[in-house]
Amino acid sequence: MAALLFYLFAAITLGTAILVVVSKNAVNSAMFFLLSLMGTASLFVLLDAFLLAVLLVLVYAGAVVALFLFIIMLLDMHGGDRKPFKRTTMVASAFAAILLGLGVLGFVQRAQLTSAPVGAEVVAVGATLKGYAAQLFTTYLLPVQIVGFLLLIAMLGVIVLSKRFEGLEDVK
Amino acid sequence: MTIGLNDYLFLSVLLFAIGFLGVLLRKNTLVIYMCLELMLVASTLALVAFSRFNGTLDGNVFVFFILTVAAAEVAVGLAIIVALFRRRQTVQVDELNALKN
Repeated sequence: MAALLFYLFAAITLGTAILVVVSKNAVNSAMFFLLSLMGTASLFVLLDAFLLAVLLVLVYAGAVVALFLFIIMLLDMHGGDRKPFKRTTMVASAFAAILLGLGVLGFVQRAQLTSAPVGAEVVAVGATLKGYAAQLFTTYLLPVQIVGFLLLIAMLGVIVLSKRFEGLEDVK
Repeated sequence: MTIGLNDYLFLSVLLFAIGFLGVLLRKNTLVIYMCLELMLVASTLALVAFSRFNGTLDGNVFVFFILTVAAAEVAVGLAIIVALFRRRQTVQVDELNALKN
């Protein structure tokens, strides 16, 4: 049953990811990106990472995709539909992607992975919320603070980027 | 038949390669950015799988931080794209050739 679900969610994730790349309209791409994220969140549930699945749906599917759609509609791109791919571009990028995939795959297959063998029972530590709290407030306390500061800096940066400065000479 | 670490890593590699293909193939900056996010999600999938099959929580906590940083990154990146559009009236990368010649 778990294997069947894995193949189903993997097919959804990969199929919609390919549709993100090839679909003609940017809005369609964003919608397929949303579906791909939902597939990934389902895979997180299969991996017993329930908190991360919920966070992925909230942060990515909720905030990020909504932001993408908002920007696509804000820019109102003239001729938003893409032109057909050039043959050389298509061949070159497919070749590069296959090469990258094979390279990483070869590395993964030949690496001496010291995890438990397939089928062995490993306790799912990611399932409990208590574990996250204990880790985030003891071992990873400093990274939590730094990430909070990073969010503040990002907010300031976005304000500076979006603001029109009237008196200033624009950088050409 | 049970699904092991290698199956998840295989899926993650495929997703990463598809994202990379999109970055190379597409001309629209917004779609390129979406494909970049796809690559990021693929790497988080690998981290969660490693964490699950090793019985540790560190990978999951790392993915927690990645999600936070990705949210900030998307906000800044889209602000840059909007600023670019204001100046050049286009987001197609083949029309952004100010550094050519």
